Amino acid sequence: MNIHEYQAKKLFEKYGIPCPKGAATSSADEFEACIDSIEGDFVVVKSQIHAGGRGKGTFTNGYKGGVKLAKSKAEALEYANAMLGNTLVTIQTGPAGREVQTIYFTEGADIEKEYYLAILMDRATSAPVVVASTEGGVDIETVAEETPEKIFKQVVDPAIGLQAHQARKIAFQLGFEGKQAGACAKLIFNLYKMFWETDADMIEVNPMISTKDGGVSALDAKVGFDSNALYRQKEVVSYRDLNEEDSKEIEASKFDLNYIALDGNIACLVNGAGLAMATMDIINHVGGSAANFLDVGGGATAEQVTAAFKIILSDENVKGILVNIFGGIMQCDIIAEGIITAAKAVNLDKPLVVRLEGTNVEAGKKLLAESGIDLIAADDLPDAAKKIVETVAAAN
Amino acid sequence: MSVLVNKDTRVVFTGITGKSGGFHAKQCLDYGTKIVAGVTPGKGGQTFEDQVPVFNTVADSVEKEGANTACVFVPPPFAADSILECIDSGIELIIAITEGIPVKDMAIVKRKLLESNSRLIGPNCPGIITPGECKIGIMPGYIHKPGTVGIVSRSGTLTYEAVWQVTSLGYGQSTCIGIGGDPINGTSHIDAIKLFNEDPDTEAIVMIGEIGGDAEEQAAAYIKENVKKPVAGFIAGVTAPPGRRMGHAGAIVSGGSGTAEAKIAAMEDAGIVVAKSPSDMGKALLEVWGK
Repeated sequence: MNIHEYQAKKLFEKYGIPCPKGAATSSADEFEACIDSIEGDFVVVKSQIHAGGRGKGTFTNGYKGGVKLAKSKAEALEYANAMLGNTLVTIQTGPAGREVQTIYFTEGADIEKEYYLAILMDRATSAPVVVASTEGGVDIETVAEETPEKIFKQVVDPAIGLQAHQARKIAFQLGFEGKQAGACAKLIFNLYKMFWETDADMIEVNPMISTKDGGVSALDAKVGFDSNALYRQKEVVSYRDLNEEDSKEIEASKFDLNYIALDGNIACLVNGAGLAMATMDIINHVGGSAANFLDVGGGATAEQVTAAFKIILSDENVKGILVNIFGGIMQCDIIAEGIITAAKAVNLDKPLVVRLEGTNVEAGKKLLAESGIDLIAADDLPDAAKKIVETVAAAN
Repeated sequence: MSVLVNKDTRVVFTGITGKSGGFHAKQCLDYGTKIVAGVTPGKGGQTFEDQVPVFNTVADSVEKEGANTACVFVPPPFAADSILECIDSGIELIIAITEGIPVKDMAIVKRKLLESNSRLIGPNCPGIITPGECKIGIMPGYIHKPGTVGIVSRSGTLTYEAVWQVTSLGYGQSTCIGIGGDPINGTSHIDAIKLFNEDPDTEAIVMIGEIGGDAEEQAAAYIKENVKKPVAGFIAGVTAPPGRRMGHAGAIVSGGSGTAEAKIAAMEDAGIVVAKSPSDMGKALLEVWGK
């Protein structure tokens, strides 16, 4: 789960991580009050969407720049009004872009030099890793490729956490000296504390800056959290912004379904993430294209399967449905009941191919056969993929 | 022969009194697995299915019933604690079925595993089965048959798919290991491949992976250097949209790997026959095995 920059900055303040002071609002009426609360001559006006590349983004109405430096309060007001309610397209949003519903105003920073700092859970070492670079404010993948020697990594023992000497080492590697090195180490130390205590899976500060008065500051913030840990992170959950998520994906998450919308026209409903991916792969392999990834998970109920059907059918592009269940923890008779309930509840009028195998398969097949629902039974995976792709092609 | 589990394996099932745990413990019992104990804190003294004693702690099950392997079937908020309890109780092999354990909890578990003699399989996995001898997990027993093919996979249901294809072609399995789909797991592809390579009764290996991380690339490098047995494979997620679960910084640490293409290329370079379609996993095995 991701949060907005202004929300991440609230967490930064809570954890004593220095960052420019700011104020956010979703209402144009509050712009002036927010701007008045900012000290100094400059105000940075930042569109709040869950995607990077905002500064270089363009709004769909042609207005350029989702992050702007205003040299006066009047200018800040002008920028904010131009951004709010409009749709910003960046390299990370895709061509549809995202509507800007919140504007974040911050004080201007006295930048001496920009750095890169991130903490993430690294699967290779099964531990948190701090990643830092002297090259900040730029695309870090490019730095990794062209000048890997400018990237420093510190693996953290999860049992004892980041140690002060490790934080200091990174500060010195980045070239800090004296008191400023201490300030940088403290920032890294507190960032790790936040990472660990909030169940973050990644915190990226790009750039972290050194200021001319000898300080350090987290200028930007991008934070993602482990969705498995949200049950114990009430504050984080309160920051969830449903406007940033696909409506079908929100509906799916209410029913603990793992759904991702895709561009094709054959919907699939599968148990298990690996088999769900493989089902998409085989649909493509036999000449079709998948409309979604949908893993109904381990112990799906009839209610969840009904919800799953409603979600995939709400996608207008869907011309047919492939249900592929290999029951293990999932019992085929339960999924069959779910399919029957769902098909009746949603008045299914699209071709449906069902392939069942695994735990309680005979009971499941019997239920389907006796249900009177118009469906095409398949024997195995290639048979199922072929049948749905051919049926959809023939109907269109 | 087989790897890790056989007819003598003595299993303690944590979470045995839960609805789902109970269902699958019964399935394992019916398959012939020696489930010698169950553990549910506060329910010690009960009996499961009129034959399996339930204890309050894993240590009791080790002391009183000689359990040496555990199947962890407790909900995510308590699963890491259950695994740690198994480690502290000297359980040699721990199979964690639970899906949805916070990654931070798993980082602690992994750290603890390094300084213990326990091996963990999973979490978020279907378990392990030596057909005809011992099934520990949630896989449907009937799709397997005893034989000489070792199968390792990150995915649950996709493993069943592979097993079913191999069985349908007339070949059985020595042992099938589901290592789980979580970013931090106890046993990796490479660990499983090593076990199969050293097992005299495993003649051929099927390795099934999916996008993300670089475990398949590492296993492929190991296979290239050390494994003479025929290996077939499949990678799920060729058509998955990129970037849905990976952040920027993740891409640095894993380098350029993690894509299906990179994994398939590394596997083919190691002499592994990689199925182009998930329906061809069995065929790929026969091709590389010369059957």
